[in-house]
Amino acid sequence: MIDWHSWLFWPDNVALSVVTLAILVMLFLYAARKPMHGVIHSSCHLVTQSTRFLSRWLFLIAENLRLRNQSVLFSHSQENAAVMIEREFERVGNIIRKDMQDFPALQRKLSEEVTRIEEDYHKCGEVPPPPPEWVDAIESVSNLKSGGDVPRKLLEDIAKSIHKIHDKIVSEYRRAYEDRHKILKGMLPSWRTVGRAVTEIDKKMLTLQSNAKQIDGQMAKFEGMRAKDAKTENALVSSAFVQLAISGLVMVIAMGGAFINYKLIALPMSEMVGASDYISNNLKTSDVAALVIILMEASMGLFLLESLRITQLFPRIASMDDRMRHRLMLAALIFLIILAGIESSLALMRDMLIADKSSLMRDLASVAPATDDGWFARIPMAGQMIMGFVLPFALAFVAIPLESMVYSLRTVLGALLVQTLRGLGFLVRFTGVLFKRFAKVLELIYDIPIVIPVMIEGWVVASRSNPPEIIQAMPEKTPARKGSAS
Amino acid sequence: MKKLSLCVLFLTMLLSACGDSRVHSQAVYMLVDTSGTYAQEVGKAAKIINYLLATLNPGDSLAVAKVETRSFTEKDIVAKVTFDKRPSQATLQKRAFKSKIEEFTKVAKGTAYTDITGGLLQGAEYLNETKAGTKTIVIFSDMQEELGKGTIRDFPIRLDGIRIVALNVTKLKTDNADPRIYLDRLARWEEKARKAGATDWVVVNDLEYNMESILSPR
Repeated sequence: MIDWHSWLFWPDNVALSVVTLAILVMLFLYAARKPMHGVIHSSCHLVTQSTRFLSRWLFLIAENLRLRNQSVLFSHSQENAAVMIEREFERVGNIIRKDMQDFPALQRKLSEEVTRIEEDYHKCGEVPPPPPEWVDAIESVSNLKSGGDVPRKLLEDIAKSIHKIHDKIVSEYRRAYEDRHKILKGMLPSWRTVGRAVTEIDKKMLTLQSNAKQIDGQMAKFEGMRAKDAKTENALVSSAFVQLAISGLVMVIAMGGAFINYKLIALPMSEMVGASDYISNNLKTSDVAALVIILMEASMGLFLLESLRITQLFPRIASMDDRMRHRLMLAALIFLIILAGIESSLALMRDMLIADKSSLMRDLASVAPATDDGWFARIPMAGQMIMGFVLPFALAFVAIPLESMVYSLRTVLGALLVQTLRGLGFLVRFTGVLFKRFAKVLELIYDIPIVIPVMIEGWVVASRSNPPEIIQAMPEKTPARKGSAS
Repeated sequence: MKKLSLCVLFLTMLLSACGDSRVHSQAVYMLVDTSGTYAQEVGKAAKIINYLLATLNPGDSLAVAKVETRSFTEKDIVAKVTFDKRPSQATLQKRAFKSKIEEFTKVAKGTAYTDITGGLLQGAEYLNETKAGTKTIVIFSDMQEELGKGTIRDFPIRLDGIRIVALNVTKLKTDNADPRIYLDRLARWEEKARKAGATDWVVVNDLEYNMESILSPR
């Protein structure tokens, strides 16, 4: 324990001792005022400068990282967009190849139909009836000078003939029109065929148009990526977040499937590798073996999808020549089928082991044996076997969300890291600013205990800078100054 | 290539070192008292054995021995087995074990004396040979030791790393008259077991609801 009495100059007079001590401390602090202010200022300045430097460095790193992320993001997105555009062009090419090869035949058909229609049109043309021959006879009769019975008779004969001919002509005219109608009726299928052909062409053109629109959209994106504009970058980053969420969800579902798969084969695996072997304290060899089988299935699925060029996690596989890639695909598929077969048989074995164990338990408990439920009891076994065979193939498709996750995770982590660095930079900078202001606060705090000497110093300085007469005159001048100011 | 081979060899050795199954296995040696009137309890003992058969896993060991006038002999072991690592084979072994025990319960006869200490010594010997991770001696007896003439058991015994479980410790007529005799008997056996280096001493009399105390949790 500190004996404070040792600090007293006069232990009998505590108050005087304390006052003396306080005055001495005050004097010491006043004497050390300038160096202490300097220390405070320098320390705070050091911190401010350091934080400023650190903050700049953090912002610089964040910017570099952003640029790197941007570069990777655009590069990967450009690849994707290029693939998409390529696919769209392939589709367009297929449409054109498939449909355009029918176009010459269609064109020929159309021109034939048009020619037929034209011919029919010409056939349908209305031919004016020839001028009747009896007109000349009438003219001759009308030129006769003398009348009598002869012209009358002639005229009557002519009239009869005219009626006869008229009837004949009218009937011929009707027949001709009938024929033309028949021709027109014959033209109807041709019109319909032409109409159908035109509709078909129209549909194909619409498909092409929609494909062209998609290509335009992809090209616009591609141009945005090449231009590296912020809007496209933001859209791509948002897309990466969405992709990560979706692929994460699918991966969780796939992991659920893998867990079921694991449960299905863990017990029968103990029949193969032993139930009492342990790799570590709590890790059974049979459990690890089951896990290895599942991971191998997932790997084979990955290789299968890689060799099918559905995913592109391994550039080496993607760049293989087609024959080699085809072989790899076959190998992966065969391995996958073998593994699925193994798993299916393990599922069967699991059922048998469980049945055997439950039979033993009944024996040990001296319970009557279970009645045979027939085919009904075999449904779970069949279900297990089917699941054992199907799950590996389902698991193979994990490669697709995995690829999506890998790429989107890189973007998302990069974006988060950039934001974290920026946040840190801001915090460090803010701390620097605080320290800059804090120096003044500390100086003021230091001055509080020595306020009396500081005030005396102020008066002394004021008296030195202003002679006594000026000081005396000041109170008189002050109102005038105030007045002038107002 | 050489480096790769070395790595594979090292990994294999590491895995084989880690994968010592004996550390995780259990070995149980059950002593069944067939002396005097306790021989009537052999049916209960069979139920306990069935419970052990149902609970033990592939790779575990089980032996059942009778407690007779002098029990420090392999001849008293009724049946013993170390279960195969494959569950299907282990199930077959359990069935065979069960039938051996059934035969034993039919022919079990009462003996004049009860040499529990000799049985413990024989059990410890068997359990140590199994090199199992967990070793348990189950004593199905009233724990009233009666040694015949010329049987010497008053020397320190070693039960290091072995759990001792006393099962169905029935009260004798004298225990009913003076319970201190029963309590003293149990205390004496506990002291003897602990002094011999036993890791645990458990008494289980409720065979309907407290069977899980027989085996230590893995």
